[in-house]
Amino acid sequence: MIHLPVLRWGKPYESLEVDQVVHFLTGEAMARVSQANPGLLQRDLRRAAQARDVLRQFRPQELLEKIKQAADLYLKETLPVGDGTQSPEEFVKLQSASTGLPEHMCRFNMQKNHFVLTHMDQILDALTRGLDLEILSRGYGVESRGVVVSYQAQAPVLGVVLPSNSPGVHTLWLPVIPMQLGLVLKPGPQEPWTPYRMTAAFVQAGVPAEAISIYPGGPEMGAAVVTHCPRVMIFGGSATVEQYRGNPRVQAHGPGFSKILLGDDVVDQWEQYLDLMAESIFVNSGRGCINCSGIWASRHTREIAQALAERLGPVEVKPPDDPQAALAAFTVPDMARQIWELIEQELQEEGVEHMTAPYGPRLVEQERCAYLRPVIVHCESPEVAIAKREYMFPFCTVVKCPQEKMLEKIGPTLVCTAITNDPQWERQLVDATHIDRLNLGPIPTTRINWLQPHEGNIVEFLYRARALQLSPQRLEALKSQCNLA
Amino acid sequence: MSQSTPAVSPQLQEKVRQAREQLDAHVEEIVHWHFHPNTGCPFWLEKKQELKFDPLKEVKCFEDLKKFPLFEDEWLRGGPVRRWVPQPYQNRPIYVFETGGTTGVPKTRVVIEDHWIDYELFSETLPEEYFPKGANWLMLGPSGPRRLRLAVEHLAQYRGGICFCIDLDPRWVIKLIKKGWMEHLEEYKRHCIDQALTILDAGHDIRCMFATPKLLEALALALEERGASIPDVGITGIFSGGTEFTPQWTRFCIEELLDNRTYITPTYGNTLMGLACSKPVSKEDGYKVTYYAPQPRAVIEVVNPDDHLEVVPYGQTGRVKLYTLTKELFIPGFLERDEGEREPPYEKFPWDGISGVRPFSRLKKTTVVGVY
Repeated sequence: MIHLPVLRWGKPYESLEVDQVVHFLTGEAMARVSQANPGLLQRDLRRAAQARDVLRQFRPQELLEKIKQAADLYLKETLPVGDGTQSPEEFVKLQSASTGLPEHMCRFNMQKNHFVLTHMDQILDALTRGLDLEILSRGYGVESRGVVVSYQAQAPVLGVVLPSNSPGVHTLWLPVIPMQLGLVLKPGPQEPWTPYRMTAAFVQAGVPAEAISIYPGGPEMGAAVVTHCPRVMIFGGSATVEQYRGNPRVQAHGPGFSKILLGDDVVDQWEQYLDLMAESIFVNSGRGCINCSGIWASRHTREIAQALAERLGPVEVKPPDDPQAALAAFTVPDMARQIWELIEQELQEEGVEHMTAPYGPRLVEQERCAYLRPVIVHCESPEVAIAKREYMFPFCTVVKCPQEKMLEKIGPTLVCTAITNDPQWERQLVDATHIDRLNLGPIPTTRINWLQPHEGNIVEFLYRARALQLSPQRLEALKSQCNLA
Repeated sequence: MSQSTPAVSPQLQEKVRQAREQLDAHVEEIVHWHFHPNTGCPFWLEKKQELKFDPLKEVKCFEDLKKFPLFEDEWLRGGPVRRWVPQPYQNRPIYVFETGGTTGVPKTRVVIEDHWIDYELFSETLPEEYFPKGANWLMLGPSGPRRLRLAVEHLAQYRGGICFCIDLDPRWVIKLIKKGWMEHLEEYKRHCIDQALTILDAGHDIRCMFATPKLLEALALALEERGASIPDVGITGIFSGGTEFTPQWTRFCIEELLDNRTYITPTYGNTLMGLACSKPVSKEDGYKVTYYAPQPRAVIEVVNPDDHLEVVPYGQTGRVKLYTLTKELFIPGFLERDEGEREPPYEKFPWDGISGVRPFSRLKKTTVVGVY
């Protein structure tokens, strides 16, 4: 069985405390994972500046080239991982077996990571609004229009507390290395695979191992990363997001409450958008924050809910290696049961109708795991409690609400697909500060354009634009260096 | 206690037998003291009326203690605390100590000199090389109405040194944790460490220290920030205590915080029992930490969580059951909020021990541990 050590700036460290990652169906142990104690992290952080230093030995362009090489290695090659090796297919099987995600979705996530890595130059170009990466590297520079700009790294490393249940989130930390900042990763207990495999690919591609640390462990390790890293990305529930709201050190990613809004001008043609709605709810087993959990319209809502229920209600549980498997397992069976009990309770409220009820039981309990089949709920008004819910499976409410009330009632929304040609409403949508990513027109909520920042721009999180003045002589020299003289 | 020891040398077997004989005799004496009308405390004399047996006649050995119902620590809440004082001690100076970080009406224990005796006995286990007589001590732990603070000070004085202390209110720490004010928690920890650094900088020639694991780690890291270390500032011996003493943390502490240059001895205990010493910790033994109660004054059993009368086999996991058997306090079996593995006797401590002590898994969700 493979052993995954703690990685302390690239150096493997075997802990005396070891956890096992087990197969969610069989209970078979698949890997031993060394558990770090928070003190290790605290001591190692003293050398965090070195992680940035080793990366700054390369120009950003060189790092981008290495990242592209790493993309292919990650996707296609057998890599040294822990004290063993791992082929891409082994990676897929391990990830599926511990997270409950069907294997074909794990393969899709690999493709997604590969895409992000191979397009990193374009992504960074978009995130920095076209800034020459040498300016981030040097800390200052001259733009093509001759103006001095300065961006200061706010930390030598980014700490990331990763979740267990969503392999899709890894794309968010991938741009950090080419920005010449180190990584301190705390993997989710059930998904150590991506951080280790990605690190192996980076190192094999020539990224200095000393730039990356990985600290598997319990909740106390996550807390230590949040407490001690000067910049941290975390994933959690609404409470976590609320706890760190306004904290400039922490970028918290939580539930998305992503929605599709149908304007009064298009709602009579709702059937045209049924595929888009189903995809937004259902893709990746409804697990992501970008999956749609609410469809809002002023009329036809019951018909929309019924049509979605007919489409999604019959979906059955299939084994994770089945290419047709569309539902991910809850590897902690109690969680599925508790969610279902909460849903059942809220279905009792007046004005709420469970549209997938005719398609059989939703909760499917197996020996060591459980599934929730898609749930579509019709809500007569936005006031019912269930209209504000989001769960980690294909769950969506179809909410009847007058268009003029929608923006007031939808609440925080990570991705909002607004289908309308009403210019006045479009202006209001653009101005709505509780919408993060706005899709104008029929775009599934799950279709991410990687050239747009996701839930906070990571460049702005890690770098601060600040004033820097140069004497005329130094400015001329810099312009000359940048071929701007 | 009821099961035979694993294969050991005849010499150790003899020591185990003698220790057991001593314990049985001690039990009989202590029970007699606590239940005799002339010497017992009001609490136990009153409790005696509820018992279905006569402790003065029917308790002759340690196993007979199992006739008593389990001790309930809720009995220790509120006053009057004099109900716990044996008759002959009523006119002696009395200390009252509260348990660690509880909120609300605290659980209290009265003490006359048990804390001195316990720590004098503990003192005998400390290696002179690392805990030199006459050395000054730093007490980096809870202050306030707690036994530990006075006990450590007594230990220092008993060994001819002077003890320097910090202010640390564990109840505030628990409130910070419950409120989720983790930045305040870090600041409070820093406040405690600042006090310790001030003492260490002040020319007091401190060589020995008590520290909780969290504060020990914080102190070491604070010293590292200055380019120094605990051994660098002259500390040669540390005694510490808490359920954080996992093998991994112990290894980290010895290898990285102490650079293998300062001796550390983990202990396990509480206000009710006193403190259990550990077998010397070594790399060869996988940094395993094994504790032995200060028999016959206190006994630890590792019992089946579903049947506290059944001691688990050696090496198996069970819940900690404590007995306190001093003239000042009688606790005939109390289920602690910890679990661990039962360990066999060894030469220095020829009775059962316990390793891998950690919060009792069935209570884990409701217990705040290692708060300071």
